[in-house]
Amino acid sequence: MYTLLTGPAFYIALGVCIIGMIVRFYQYFNGLSWQLDRVAYKEYPAMGFKGAVRSIYKWLIPYGTYGWRAQPVMAAAFFGFHVGAILLPLFLIGHNVFLKEKLGFSLFFNLSTPVADWLTWIAVISLLFLLLRRLVLPEVRIMTDRKDWGILLISIAPFITGMLARYQVGDYSFWLTAHILTGEIVLLAIPFTKLSHVFLFFASRAQLGMDFGIKRGGLKGSKMAW
Amino acid sequence: MPEGTLCNKKPVDTAEGITTLLADKSGKIYYEEMKHLEIDSDLLWKTIQNTCKTRIRTWLEICAHCGMCADSCFLYLANDRDPKQVPAYKIQSTLGEIIRKKGKVDNAFMLHAMEVAWAQCTCCNRCGTYCPHGIDTGIMFGYLRGLCYQQGFVPWEMKIGAGMHRVYNAQMDITSEDYIDTFEWMIEENEEEYPGLKVPVDVEDADIMYTVNAREAKHYPEDLAEAAILFHIAGENWTIPSKGWELTSLAMFAGDWAACKMQVESVYDAMDRLRPKRMIGTECGHAHRATVVEGPYWAGRKSGRPPVESIHYIEWLAEALRTGKLKIDPAKRIKEPVTLQDSCNYVRNHGLRETAREIISYIVEPGYFIEMSPNKEHNFCCGGGGGFNGIGCFRKQRNVGLKVKRDQIIATGAKLVISPCHNCWDAIRDLEEEFEIGIRWSFLKPLIIKMLIIPEHLLPEEEAEEEDE
Ligand code: SF4
Ligand code: SF4
Repeated sequence: MYTLLTGPAFYIALGVCIIGMIVRFYQYFNGLSWQLDRVAYKEYPAMGFKGAVRSIYKWLIPYGTYGWRAQPVMAAAFFGFHVGAILLPLFLIGHNVFLKEKLGFSLFFNLSTPVADWLTWIAVISLLFLLLRRLVLPEVRIMTDRKDWGILLISIAPFITGMLARYQVGDYSFWLTAHILTGEIVLLAIPFTKLSHVFLFFASRAQLGMDFGIKRGGLKGSKMAW
Repeated sequence: MPEGTLCNKKPVDTAEGITTLLADKSGKIYYEEMKHLEIDSDLLWKTIQNTCKTRIRTWLEICAHCGMCADSCFLYLANDRDPKQVPAYKIQSTLGEIIRKKGKVDNAFMLHAMEVAWAQCTCCNRCGTYCPHGIDTGIMFGYLRGLCYQQGFVPWEMKIGAGMHRVYNAQMDITSEDYIDTFEWMIEENEEEYPGLKVPVDVEDADIMYTVNAREAKHYPEDLAEAAILFHIAGENWTIPSKGWELTSLAMFAGDWAACKMQVESVYDAMDRLRPKRMIGTECGHAHRATVVEGPYWAGRKSGRPPVESIHYIEWLAEALRTGKLKIDPAKRIKEPVTLQDSCNYVRNHGLRETAREIISYIVEPGYFIEMSPNKEHNFCCGGGGGFNGIGCFRKQRNVGLKVKRDQIIATGAKLVISPCHNCWDAIRDLEEEFEIGIRWSFLKPLIIKMLIIPEHLLPEEEAEEEDE
C-alpha cells in the first residue's frame, strides 16, 4: 500500500492535479468573451492587467479590503486556515524530503518544526471554526449542501492524519499512509471540485479586476476601492 | 394555454401591442396568463449553452457558500437578515438551478425566478465587491433576467417598457415631435427670464449633444428647461438630436437585449449624424450605464466606448464650475445639513465617486455636507434600482427595501438629499411618502440655478439696468 501510494499513485495524483489546473485555466480565459461579458479585455490590456493585479493582491492581504474588514472574525479564520493550507504542503520538511526523493528537487525552504506545528494547529482550529460557522449561521447554513461538507472533510483529513502521525498517536505508519492517501485525494479533487478555487480564485478575481479596471471606472481614472 | 394573448414569449413591437397591454390594468390578465405559460426548455438550454460561458459558470461553481456577501446586500439587511436574501443563495437557487436542470424547469419555478430576479435584486453590484472570489451576483441577475424575458416571465411594466423602446426608441410613448415641442414650450416659458434662451435641434458639429430621460419630457419638463438654462449661462455650444435623444433603457431592466441594442444604436446614430464633440446625458444613473457603459457592447463596439466621448451630467457640471463657466454666488450656497445619494450605476459601476463631491464643494457652505455611511462605491442602492421602483406587483417588497436608505439618511441628520439620478430621486421621494422622515430631495440642476451668478449680458434688460445703478 505504502509503495503504491508513494509511487505510481503519487505521480498520477500530482500529474492530474497540475495538468487539470492548466487545462481549466486555459479553458477559463479562453471562454471569456468581450461581448458576452461586456468587457473590452483586449482593447485595454494595460488597464486590464493593472485592475486584475490589484483585485487579486488586495484580497490576499488580511484585512486589506472592505470585505475582509466587514467580517473580521471570518477573515481571521479564513487566513488562519489558508496560510497553513498553502505553506504546509509546500514547505514542510518531510514533504520536501519526499519531493527530493521522488522528483529530484525540493521547494525553496523548509519550515522549522515549531513553526510547522503552530501553522498546523492554527489551520485545524480555523477550519473547525469555519465548520462551526457553517452549522450555526443561518445565512451560511441555508446554502450549505453535501458537497460543501465533502470539501471540508477532504480538506481537513490530511491535517488530522498528519498531526496524528506527527505526534505518533497509535500506529505511526498507519497514520502516515493515511496522510499520504488523503493528501493525494486532495490533489485529485482540485481540478474537479470546488477545490478548483485554489487556482480559479486567481482567474475569477482577475476577471472582475479587469472589468473594473477597464469598464467600471478604470478608464475614468478611479481604481476600485476593494 | 401555453402562450397567452398578453403574456407570451414575443416582445411587443407595435404601438397597438403596447396599447393592448396598457389596457390590462396593472397586468391583471397578464399575470393570470403567466401562471399557465409553458417553458421552452430546449430554447432555454440552447441559449444558456451559447451565452453562459466560463465567467458565470466559474462563479457558480467556485462559490464557497461562505455567506460573506450576505451583509453587503441591502435587501438582506432590509428583510431582517432573511437567509433567503443572501445574494449567493438567491442566484444559486434560481440561475444555478436552471443550469443544473439543463433548462428543464416548470412554470412555478419560473414564476419564482422572476420574483427573485426583479424583487430580490436591483443589480446594484455591491455584493460583487464584497465576495472574496469576486463573484458579481448582480451581473448574474442581469443575465437571469434575460433568460426570464426570453421565456415571457417578466413583470408587466418591464415588458411594456422594453416594448416602448422598440416602438418609440424611448421608455415612454413620446415621439420626436412631442419631445421637441415640449422642449420648445419650456424654452418659451423661460425666455423672458433668460433672454436668448434656445434649444438648438440637430445642429451638426456642436460641442455637446444633450440626451435625456423621457420622463423629463413627459412628467418633469422643467428639467429640460433647467438643462437649457445651464448650458445657456455656461455659454455652451450645444444641441439636442431630434432622433436618438433618449438616454435610458428599461430594456436593460427587462433583460430584452435586442431592444437594448436598438435603443443605444438610435443614440449612437445621432452621434454619427451630428458629429458632436461630446455627448452629455441628464442626471440619471441607469441611463448612463445603459448608453455609456454597457451600450457599446450591445451595439458590438469592440472599443467598449460610444462613438463620441460620453459623460454624465455631473461630470459636465463639475467641469463647468471648475473652469468658471458657471459661477456660484457664495451667499446663496446651501446652509443646512445636506447629504448625497451616490448612484450605484455611475459611482460603483463607473468610478465617478469624487465628481459629485467636487460639485458639492462649490454649492454647499463648508461644514454642512454630511456623508452617508457607507458611501461612494460602497454606498447602498437607493432601494428602487434595476426597475424595482416601477413594478407594481412588487411594490411591497420595494417599500421594505427602502428601509436601509431611510436609516442611512436619518443617521446623517440631513434634511436635504441631493440625488443626481432619476431612480434614486424616485426612491427617496417614495421613501418620504412611506416613512415621513421629513426630508426634501433634489436633482442638482434646480439647486444650482438658484445660486448662479448670471453674467450681465445674459440678464433680462430691466434687471441688467438695475444692476448698473
Ligand atoms: S458569492 Fe462569494 S461571498 Fe457569497 S457565498 Fe459565494 S463565495 Fe461567499
Ligand atoms: S446586486 Fe445588489 S441587490 Fe443584487 S444581490 Fe447583490 S447586493 Fe443584493
